[in-house]
Amino acid sequence: MIEHRPLGRLMSHLIIIVGLLVIAFPVWITIVAATHDSVRVTQVPFPLLPGDQFFINLKAMFSSREEAIGGIPVGMMMLNSLVMALMIATGKICISLLSAFAIVYFKFRFRMFFFWMIFVTLMLPVEVRILPTFEVVADLGMLNTYWGLTIPLIASATATFMFRQTFLSIPDELLEAARIDGAGPMRFFFDILLPISRTSIAALFVILFIFGWNQYLWPLLITTEKSMYTIVMGIKSLLETADGEPAWHIIMMTALMAMLPPVIVVLCMQNLFVKGLTETEK
Amino acid sequence: MLKRVHFRSSWLPYALVAPQILITLVFFMWPAGQSIYQSFLIEDAFGFSTEFVWFENYTYLLTDSLYFDTVFRTLFFSFSVAFLSLSIALLLAGFVDRIIRGAMFYRTMLIWPYAVAPVIAGALWVFMFDPTLGILTAMLDSFGWHWNHRLNGGEAMALVIIAATWKQISYNFLFLVAAMQAIPKSLIEAAALDGAGPLRRFRTIIFPLIIYAFFETFGIIHVVTGGGPAKATEILVYKAYSDGFIGLDLGGSAAQSTILMIGVVLLTVIQFRYVERQVDYSS
Repeated sequence: MIEHRPLGRLMSHLIIIVGLLVIAFPVWITIVAATHDSVRVTQVPFPLLPGDQFFINLKAMFSSREEAIGGIPVGMMMLNSLVMALMIATGKICISLLSAFAIVYFKFRFRMFFFWMIFVTLMLPVEVRILPTFEVVADLGMLNTYWGLTIPLIASATATFMFRQTFLSIPDELLEAARIDGAGPMRFFFDILLPISRTSIAALFVILFIFGWNQYLWPLLITTEKSMYTIVMGIKSLLETADGEPAWHIIMMTALMAMLPPVIVVLCMQNLFVKGLTETEK
Repeated sequence: MLKRVHFRSSWLPYALVAPQILITLVFFMWPAGQSIYQSFLIEDAFGFSTEFVWFENYTYLLTDSLYFDTVFRTLFFSFSVAFLSLSIALLLAGFVDRIIRGAMFYRTMLIWPYAVAPVIAGALWVFMFDPTLGILTAMLDSFGWHWNHRLNGGEAMALVIIAATWKQISYNFLFLVAAMQAIPKSLIEAAALDGAGPLRRFRTIIFPLIIYAFFETFGIIHVVTGGGPAKATEILVYKAYSDGFIGLDLGGSAAQSTILMIGVVLLTVIQFRYVERQVDYSS
């Protein structure tokens, strides 16, 4: 329903802009805090405009010897987050593509059983099986490893369902044509299914990258060595390590670094992101 | 469900599902089973002795008024976040839907908080509401309201709700905009005649929303209040975590996890029945 009255249109714009400003406010404050020194940040009234300490704080954050951040190297944490996010996104996509392919294109015993088993994982988020999953990972010697950080999270019912949907919408004629040409199943998978599904794969990748980057509870449980910390969980230890008042200018700079990669992904790949989100999570 | 034309192979399909099934078995089924099994045991804190106690962990929980406080707190938290974030998102989506120029720009500016991790969102809000130097605390102070969420349980709860709502608005906004755009104009007119607005469709997102508020806000609570003060913000997931990992009450924590699992199963069933009815309705 498109508004024709100019006054109503103006009101719409005004209300949305107010909403935008309120939503952006916390991040603005983060930027302000990250660009002042420790003294100015703790003075009342709090500054409303950014200061000139951005690069100094950035340098302080990345130097691991900085006392304020408890000796945790931020560069290392960002690298860990990146590896974790990429492994989770890639892993989920690979195993879901394969199982969706099997379920849609093959007739085999226990097919429905496997389908339901994948479905059930929907109902078992990490939060309801924290302790025993931790024990399994510990028994397998995967604590403080990238494998332990990622493998337990890469089973994916939503991704499998989404690829199943994509495959089901592909016309049967393609398969018939491929078989007449003598293509085997894997040839069909790589030469026809994958190229056709590439938009879905890209959309899902965007969503899963954000999901992986933002993991908190899981890395918190299974990383005990500082060298395996991820940036998102590192924030918590920053808040804890400082004696007395936390070093807010460094913490806020770190928070900025922790939110920057996923936010950039959303902004740059907005259409893929919207497609991925609306297709997977309904 | 299955293609009319399909491949025949005796081993390939099993090899294809194997990675997914293996991970599901090792990291989902086995731990979930373990969780149920452990919920029937009482283990002393050092792990020296274990006793099979049938439903004692459950009867203890279900007769514990503190546990029910946690349940109600969780419901209050979940519904508050769902209601607030949905109302704000509905307002914004409604207005964005009415304009043409700049709609894309507004959408971009409204969806990015989705990408911010809950725990980071928590850190931002806890900074702004810091009792000594927070900018919002200073503002409230000028109205004579001395905000201190470290001492005041109600204020602590308000703070986690605000942080979770902020994070949730963009997700709801996207779905509402998508829902509004998916409805053909003729259908809107027909629905308006029937007296049923697009609101009907929005209900599909309410259950996932509540499930979200249930689980993904662990990070927010952990960083903002740590469940405190005096358990004022301890919700179910947080209690299962702190009883198990910090209190080392393995049986009690496992019983809580099992109850949570049953809750999720129920919610999923309700959601799917509802979604299925939706499909019938629209097709």
